[in-house]
Amino acid sequence: MTKLRDLILVPVIVALLVTGVLIDPAFLSAENVIALLRQQTELSLLVLAEVAILIAGRIDLSITATAALAPALAAGLVLPAASGGLGVGLPEWSAIPVCLAAGALAGALNALLILQFRLPAFAATLGTLILLTGLTVSVAEHPGQLRYLGRAVWLGVPASIWLCTLIFVAAIVFLGLFRHGRSLYAVGGDLDAAKAAGIRTGRVLWLTFLTGGILAALAGMLATGRTGADGPPQGTIFLVFAAAIIGGISLSGGGGTPFGALCGVLTLGLTDSVLRLAGMQATWIPAIYGALVIAALALARVQATYRPGPPAPPVPR
Amino acid sequence: MITASAHGVSKRFGPTAALDGLHLTVQAGEVHGLAGHSGAGKSTLVSILTGLTRPDAGRVRFDGNASPRLGDREAWRRSVACVHQRPTIIPSLSVAENLFLHRQSDGVLIGWRALNRKAAALLETFGVAVKPSRLARDLTVEQRQLVEIARALSTGARFIVLDEPTARLDGPAIDRLFASIHVLKENGVAFLYVPHHASEIYDVCQSVTVLRDGKHVLTRAVDELPQQELAEAMGGVVEEQPVGPTEREPVVAVEGISLQTGLGSLQMGLGSLQMGLGEIVGLTGSEGSGKVALAEAIGRTRCLDGSEIACLPRHSALVPQFSIAGNITLSVADRLGRFGLVDPRRLRSTARQLIEEFGIRATGPAQPVHRLPAGEARKVLLARTLAAQPQAAVLIEPVSGVDSDTRRSLLNSVVVAASRGTAVLLVSGDVDDLRVCDRILVMHAGRVVFEAPRGWDEAEVLAAIEGLAAIEGVTEVEGVTEVEGVTEAEGAEVEGVTATETAAATKGAAATKAAATTKGTTATKAAAATKGAGTTKGTATTKGTTATKGAATTKGAAASKGEAK
Repeated sequence: MTKLRDLILVPVIVALLVTGVLIDPAFLSAENVIALLRQQTELSLLVLAEVAILIAGRIDLSITATAALAPALAAGLVLPAASGGLGVGLPEWSAIPVCLAAGALAGALNALLILQFRLPAFAATLGTLILLTGLTVSVAEHPGQLRYLGRAVWLGVPASIWLCTLIFVAAIVFLGLFRHGRSLYAVGGDLDAAKAAGIRTGRVLWLTFLTGGILAALAGMLATGRTGADGPPQGTIFLVFAAAIIGGISLSGGGGTPFGALCGVLTLGLTDSVLRLAGMQATWIPAIYGALVIAALALARVQATYRPGPPAPPVPR
Repeated sequence: MITASAHGVSKRFGPTAALDGLHLTVQAGEVHGLAGHSGAGKSTLVSILTGLTRPDAGRVRFDGNASPRLGDREAWRRSVACVHQRPTIIPSLSVAENLFLHRQSDGVLIGWRALNRKAAALLETFGVAVKPSRLARDLTVEQRQLVEIARALSTGARFIVLDEPTARLDGPAIDRLFASIHVLKENGVAFLYVPHHASEIYDVCQSVTVLRDGKHVLTRAVDELPQQELAEAMGGVVEEQPVGPTEREPVVAVEGISLQTGLGSLQMGLGSLQMGLGEIVGLTGSEGSGKVALAEAIGRTRCLDGSEIACLPRHSALVPQFSIAGNITLSVADRLGRFGLVDPRRLRSTARQLIEEFGIRATGPAQPVHRLPAGEARKVLLARTLAAQPQAAVLIEPVSGVDSDTRRSLLNSVVVAASRGTAVLLVSGDVDDLRVCDRILVMHAGRVVFEAPRGWDEAEVLAAIEGLAAIEGVTEVEGVTEVEGVTEAEGAEVEGVTATETAAATKGAAATKAAATTKGTTATKAAAATKGAGTTKGTATTKGTTATKGAATTKGAAASKGEAK
């Protein structure tokens, strides 16, 4: 429960906000803030999915592909063949459950490959990333059900923001205060030690992958509603990892919190808007992201080196 | 009443039988020792008794009931708690959470404050001075060990397995551990105790079972088993080699080594080291004494003729994708053909020759190494290091964790290499491994504190490892110095606050424990250096407050930084 690393991004976020206001006083207007947050909703859910898997000591490169495939598949199953559907013609109300189920299925596929067949997670999920991306058939238009959550506004605030807030609060409480949430850290920290402590490691990992898939599908749904495209754009997986690393999630498992991850997402989002506001060319912005990732890693290294007492942890590969 | 039992338990790993039809019963209120050299099957048995490995045959019973399914971890945890040899502390979690892993709360939500309080109380009971909120990765190795022990003893299980719990503890901590064990034992808890040194059996156990090569050798009450018989039951002692020449042509000469380790807080020094043609120099010391760091530094220097020193580092490994031939010839690749070409025939013949020379049990040069038993893999590693017949070689813990036969074979190969002229620096924490050496050096807290030629006195060496002989102001305490042919040396009463320190050497067929009682404000630490039939134990010391402090600080520093990689 190191809180320090979690809070380290708070001053950074404040500094970014102040810079934004200095450039343009309208930066902190309710309208702008809501717009800013809404843009981050899909990314935040994808990061949460990835973070859960990373904490449990595994990795999943395919979640953005899941986010693209799930809404497309749901749309295909629901829409009549005339509007580009697959001709199955499921009732329209089933769009959301089908979308989430598709996400769970993708998570189950990864879990099967990694946990049952013991394939290396990095390579296996690279495989599913390519596979799922290839299976994603774009449809011309999405059923209204699928777009609802990404578009609706509740009490003056977009539904997606409400949803993400709710999910993050739930995640923070679950991973911080529940025995079963803590078992993710144990499993990612040392699998044998977790097993010896009586944790059913296989079950924990399976559920983590399933949850990751469902969260990814939900993120895809929000993106579809917001932009009309199938899920997040390709290459989003790099942003997901960037946000997780900046948010202090350990890629070697067992470390990091959803709050830190959320701060990582906000830092990325704010950096993006402030730089755009300052008139920086959009093509340069990824370079800044890269620098942030390296800075976060360097910070973690320095922390590990100057931590009181022995022994220095091995340099992660 | 029988608390835990194993009936005809067998386990095979590939072609080797790790356990063969083993029977074991542990009674309530008994500490049952499990002795045997490494490779005898102790770890496999522990793993089966704690439900981490499924036996190929046989059953485990707790309180007369069949053991739970392997997947039912909850049920296993209720039946048995274990301090594993391999640390099972999760570095990224706090001490409190590690103590109560997977039982963090009684209710639904975890109350972190209550958990920390509970952990603090538990730590105090076992005398562990650690803040519950600290991350486990920030603890010293010893503190981690204490946390694990406290966790095992606190689970409420009626059967507790302690697998080498003292390996990383010092005297007072060991005493506290033994005291805790005693209390729980009186309350009817059953223990299976795997000792770090066989002599510990005489300190805590009431009965003992000896294993050898996976088979049951004997089970007996400790009172009826003299040390010599125990040593014989465990088997395998390396015979001493004849004394070599005293004048040797120097091969390696290093002067004024000084090392900075960790963050530079510890300086290590060695005046100079010379190794002669065909000489085997032993280097020993406790964990954290700096012996490995020193050996690694020497390994990076060159011989007097400019050739490189061959090194077998501590955690070296084989290339898993290669065959035995591919691995074993890595160091002699230049002899396999011209211009870097590898001639397959020469590769095979060279490998075959080395396999025979080093006594490697294998189907042939083409056998892949990834399924090779650990002992045979070690032989391949040693062969790879020595194949080129280097001028000098540094071998770090080359025989740790192998069975007695393999150990003998490995040490024999070292002797053969030396007889061909290779100067060897043999590093081992186990003094028994160093009997083949022409000369022995002992390190303590970063310095070489003791040096002796072949024929060294084991008690002196052990005392030096503990850093005792090196400290000034050594006074002898009446009653414990040089006791010969005695079964128990007890006594050593010190009064007052004078700084006294003694290395009490006890020689004799069976022997052993010096209990030093102290009155007054003196801080006391007791241990007895004993030279008996192959069994050994630390050294009896009584120290004044000042002396203790000084020594303790040095030791702590070394332990923390010395071998941090």
